[in-house]
Amino acid sequence: MTLKLRVNGREHDIASSPDTPLVYVLRDELKLKGTKLGCGLEQCGACAVLVDGEVKLSCVSSVDSFAGQEITTIEGIGGTATGAKVQDAFVVASAAQCGYCTAGLVVAVTALLDTHASPDAAATKEALTPHLCRCGSHPRILRAVEIAAGRT
Amino acid sequence: MSIESYPLISDWLAVAEDRLVVSTGKVDIGQRISTAIAQIAHEELTVPLEQIDIAPVITGMSPDEGMTSGSNSIEHSGQAVRKAAATLRGLLVDLAVDRIGGDPQDWGLSDGYLVRRDTNRSIPVTELMAGIDLAIRIDPEAASAPAAGTPPRPAMRGLPEMVAGDYVFVHDLDAPGMLHARVVRPPHAKARLKDIPATSVERLAEDGLQLIRDGSFLAIAGPVEWLVVQAALRLAAACQWADNGGLPEQDVFGQLNAGNASRFTVVGGVPAKGPVPDPLQGLTHSARFERPYLMHGSLAPSAAFAVWSEGRLQITCHSQGIYPLRESIADSLGLGLEQVVITHRPGSGCYGHNGADDAALDAALVAMALPDTPVLLKWTREEEHRWEPYAPAMAVDLAVATLDGGRITAYSAEAFADTHRGRPRQGPNNAGPSRLLSNLLRADPFPAPVAIPNMKAQGGMHRNLDPVYAVGETRFVKNLVSGLPHRTSALRCLGATTNVFALESTMDELAERNGQDPLAYRRAHLDDPRALAVIAALEERMAQTPVPGDASGRGIAYAQYKNAMTRVGICVDIEVGELGEIILKHAIIVADAGRVIDIEGLRAQLEGGFLQAASWAIYEEVQWDRDGITSIDWETYPVIRFDNIPTMDILVLDVPDAEPAGAGEASPGPAIAAIANALYNATGLRMRRLPFTPDAILRHATSV
Repeated sequence: MTLKLRVNGREHDIASSPDTPLVYVLRDELKLKGTKLGCGLEQCGACAVLVDGEVKLSCVSSVDSFAGQEITTIEGIGGTATGAKVQDAFVVASAAQCGYCTAGLVVAVTALLDTHASPDAAATKEALTPHLCRCGSHPRILRAVEIAAGRT
Repeated sequence: MSIESYPLISDWLAVAEDRLVVSTGKVDIGQRISTAIAQIAHEELTVPLEQIDIAPVITGMSPDEGMTSGSNSIEHSGQAVRKAAATLRGLLVDLAVDRIGGDPQDWGLSDGYLVRRDTNRSIPVTELMAGIDLAIRIDPEAASAPAAGTPPRPAMRGLPEMVAGDYVFVHDLDAPGMLHARVVRPPHAKARLKDIPATSVERLAEDGLQLIRDGSFLAIAGPVEWLVVQAALRLAAACQWADNGGLPEQDVFGQLNAGNASRFTVVGGVPAKGPVPDPLQGLTHSARFERPYLMHGSLAPSAAFAVWSEGRLQITCHSQGIYPLRESIADSLGLGLEQVVITHRPGSGCYGHNGADDAALDAALVAMALPDTPVLLKWTREEEHRWEPYAPAMAVDLAVATLDGGRITAYSAEAFADTHRGRPRQGPNNAGPSRLLSNLLRADPFPAPVAIPNMKAQGGMHRNLDPVYAVGETRFVKNLVSGLPHRTSALRCLGATTNVFALESTMDELAERNGQDPLAYRRAHLDDPRALAVIAALEERMAQTPVPGDASGRGIAYAQYKNAMTRVGICVDIEVGELGEIILKHAIIVADAGRVIDIEGLRAQLEGGFLQAASWAIYEEVQWDRDGITSIDWETYPVIRFDNIPTMDILVLDVPDAEPAGAGEASPGPAIAAIANALYNATGLRMRRLPFTPDAILRHATSV
């Protein structure tokens, strides 16, 4: 039976082997290259996507484990009200340097704000700690959260 | 090298349709250089930023500006573009007068138009440019447009695409028929391939995968990336490798001594050959400061795209120096320069010489074995951790003499390290090819590189070795140590990290010993008015910030990068947790980078430099044993995360009449020293070896 995957509101028949980690399917089969591979070890957060509204890392779990779930990648996140607000906030706060961690963080912040409309600094830091940024954009990303939460 | 080598306006500026196209040889590595370069062209020609394109950086087309390194891009490329545009501005007015009339003073520039005052006559700048041959010599004396009243705040180029997932990194390239490739590395740098089991080779063929072999360089290529990843892991486990004695395990800091070194006296920031002078007499205070091997730790493992077709090798990669790399790759593969074209495409932030150049050669080796086939080769996380060229372990022996009251009257500093100069630049003894990793593994290998001492002012380990303070009699020595365990190269700041850590820790100790306030003590040894302005602003900001309480500490530091570029004063407040962990609470950074071009970019560099240095100070250290590098991922090589990010207060002193100075490497040195000083303030422990992990802090506490 063909594996089906719902991504950004569309259903796709998946030809990749079912044990393929989701990120490779998104990037190589569906050509959604906005989701980044940083470690393949669930240690850096670059590959985060939304799965039924929760932030999940896509670099280890196999694609078949996502069957029947609604996946939203960075390409689709602007279609959600919170996602669009978070993207705008990242631009306003100039919250990136090289930008490689950005997609995963936009996803993570979107999931955070969908569950806590106005998280405090401690909750935000806890939610983002699985995500690495090596350029040191953290203060700007934290500010983007403040902006998206409507606090500045 | 910028304006001297490329003296024509057309080298830097062009028009395509109605858009202004700016060429530069400097590349985006997360530091927003394209945003700053576009802003400079905009300031001189008023063309709206959204009407300005930055040309892709490609060998044979872009100016050869060597490396994008050393915080030099604003001063080199930025000034070249500014002077080209300023020269052009004068010519455009003359053209407008010729074409429409009036006097030169009747014409002005506004929003990308030449406008004749008090009339409705205007001509687009791009239209005038399109009508003339721009092969006109740049006037280096052309007056720059005056700085705006407030520092410019251009929008970061590429950011809207980044937040939407549309920004194309080299990792995201695609092409019809493209194969993915992965390298199968030996377990460590000394190991070489003994045997590949026949069954493994058969399995690869059955799976439709290509095996590329050149000595101990092994790679696998195939159409489905995940299958290539898995096959590479299987093959690595199946291969037999000759261990060749394994990695040396002796204490590297013990090897950082004069007996193992080529020694150079450094005078005025410049190393010189010849005998090293005798040590200074009467020194009263001495200490050694140490930094372990560090990695760049780029978030994205290195990658490159290559295709070999009709005698032409085209590479797209994230190297910081595509022209030097082109020479080294052409030499590595026996090709003529004209056969190799390299295009820059961003990877993640690199902070110096990471695996970018090595991955480019790897992709080329695979592409040459598979003609007419596009290849996208990526390193794995573990491969980047194990194989990128590290920052060398470094030590600084510092000694001073002081008068009663504390004034420094003599100052001696000796730096010890392996080379910071591992980039593949051409030179004697195949210097270029020997600095590309896989060339050492091939069947006909290039010999391991010989370190070439950096004899330039403020280069290598002697960057900021000489203090910016007035310290009386001085003696500076650079000790280049060879034969150490790991391949090393340039990491953000080079030697300035350890040198400023040593100097600013010592200034703090001396201030305390002499009962002086640490800011006042530094002020007493400074006469540069801009340094004093930074320190005054820092003091004012500190006075507005509550002093932290018990179990907390406050530390300060000051430095001017290369003693000539951006001046930075830092105050950091920390807490030390029960387990000995440093918790960053608040940081104040005051900087003078001269004329500001992109205030948000500048602030981001200062913040990012602080946080990367905090990560070095608190967490980072490459570790290894006989069997290989053991820092192989983000758990075994931890780095700073969101749970230890302080609040940050950044103050940039805009000095519009001063030349702009690069700032990408200005804050890390003083950041580390300020953290060390805060740790002392909190605990009474004077730590002189990085990193300040809980283990190291507790060990130090029990040893004193």
